[in-house]
Amino acid sequence: MNSLIQLSYFLAAVLFILGLKRMSSPVTARGGIVWAGAGMVVATLVTFMWPGMHNYGLMILAIAIGGGLAWYTGKKVAMTDMPQMIAIYNGMGGGAAAAIAAVELMRGDFQSSTFQVLAVLGGLIGSVAFSGSMVAFAKLQGLMKRSFLFPQQQLINLAVFGATLVFGLLLMGADQPAGFNILLFFSLALAFGVLMTLPIGGADMPVVISLYNALTGLAVAFEGFVLGNAAMIIAGTVVGSAGTLLTQLMAKAMNRSLANVLFSGFGSGVEAVGEAGPEGTMKEIDAADAAVMMAYANKVIIVPGYGMAVAQAQHKIWDFARLLEERGVTVKFAIHPVAGRMPGHMNVLLAEAGVPYDKIFDLEEINSEFPQADVALVIGANDVVNPVARTNPDSPIYGMPILDVDKARNVICVKRGRGKGFSGIENALFFLDNTRMLYGDGQEVASKLIAEAKQL
Amino acid sequence: MMIEGFTALYIFMLAAFTGYEVIARVPVILHTPLMSGSNFVHGIVLVGAMVALGHAGTGAEKFVGFIGVMLAAGNAVGGYVVTERMLEMFKSSKGSNR
Repeated sequence: MNSLIQLSYFLAAVLFILGLKRMSSPVTARGGIVWAGAGMVVATLVTFMWPGMHNYGLMILAIAIGGGLAWYTGKKVAMTDMPQMIAIYNGMGGGAAAAIAAVELMRGDFQSSTFQVLAVLGGLIGSVAFSGSMVAFAKLQGLMKRSFLFPQQQLINLAVFGATLVFGLLLMGADQPAGFNILLFFSLALAFGVLMTLPIGGADMPVVISLYNALTGLAVAFEGFVLGNAAMIIAGTVVGSAGTLLTQLMAKAMNRSLANVLFSGFGSGVEAVGEAGPEGTMKEIDAADAAVMMAYANKVIIVPGYGMAVAQAQHKIWDFARLLEERGVTVKFAIHPVAGRMPGHMNVLLAEAGVPYDKIFDLEEINSEFPQADVALVIGANDVVNPVARTNPDSPIYGMPILDVDKARNVICVKRGRGKGFSGIENALFFLDNTRMLYGDGQEVASKLIAEAKQL
Repeated sequence: MMIEGFTALYIFMLAAFTGYEVIARVPVILHTPLMSGSNFVHGIVLVGAMVALGHAGTGAEKFVGFIGVMLAAGNAVGGYVVTERMLEMFKSSKGSNR
């Protein structure tokens, strides 16, 4: 029986790695998750045969409740809300790792002191990932103020972290850890996760969610060592390192360092500099003229931002793009790495609308094409097309890679009103000579563009 | 079955490199689904939570173990559902996706 369990875990680990590998290319990605899913089913079923277990009724009940709720919410959630859903499921994994640590500490029969140390570390990391992810969820869901700052914040965080470590050391050293100490340790660790996430602003949340994802992986691996479970060790470690890399890639795409995200209480929009506004005036255009301009163009590049997704305009925009294509216009979509709520989120939203992924280009691929484009249609994007990131060293977004929309022959910006963007920075693009502003709700504007283009 | 000292360390090291290599060349377009997919993979914590609950004796142990299994099942099932939903939508203009 034991070798059957071990063999199944081995198979699950192989399927996880192959599944993740397949998920790193759009062609095979769909199959990847199915492979990983098969591995999970095999590993779960065979675990019921683990020798010397009780409480099967409770186990099945817990799986039914947790799995059922997650199935229901996962099927129902809108694509725009995906980042916070990932945060919450990830937090649950961290919480589970912490729960394993708590049970093992209460039972207190460790094979060696190394395992005891790992159990405590895994419990700490898992708890932080759990409560931190819940705060991240609450922030992105709009249940909580974006950024929470109070005096002496970093000092208090440090004190709580220090206290957590002290109780952690007590647990590591004890033969039979006291129940009260266990309770206090986990409470402090959970509190630290909350405190650590509170000051981080909404714009930086994706990086934080990704970091907690990596941390959960690490916690799972540590608890895997404690339980002698190879599948947990391998899957947890793979996710831990892959997640760390993914976090770094995301931070880089946003032109932020990880330390900057975690410790500065930034990205909350308080840093609006916006002195000396850009020169020039904003020039308006109406939907009819805009439609004509694009219908008779050779090449149009559409630059969607999160504003488009909020207005649920992606379906209409894709309909419009197909109308243009029927007229022989080359249409491409350009996506900034941080468009949407997290890197790659915009791709998901466009895919939902039916845009094929080979019409979607990222920053490095498309930037050289803007000078040849007749029209760049910017819809719901702002900071990621702001040329001050190239030109003005005083700007908070200076140095961030942007889409060179301003180099297109004509630029049309669809925008709800005249206000500033997410970061509160005035956008110099709107004041350029070749830019025209098309005011209105994304969805309505797209409908009008379609109607006008059909009449041509 | 216990995995002892240095064997454990070797497994840890090799798995860490594997994770790094598997992700290293992934295009930005897949970052969100991939994060979600790796989130699903650490749902394997479910098997650990089951073992912990299976060996729980006292009421407190059973309670915490129960919470653990419930959370872990949520991680695994939720992670799978949302990842699958996202990846299902990625299609090439040449049609098929698998």
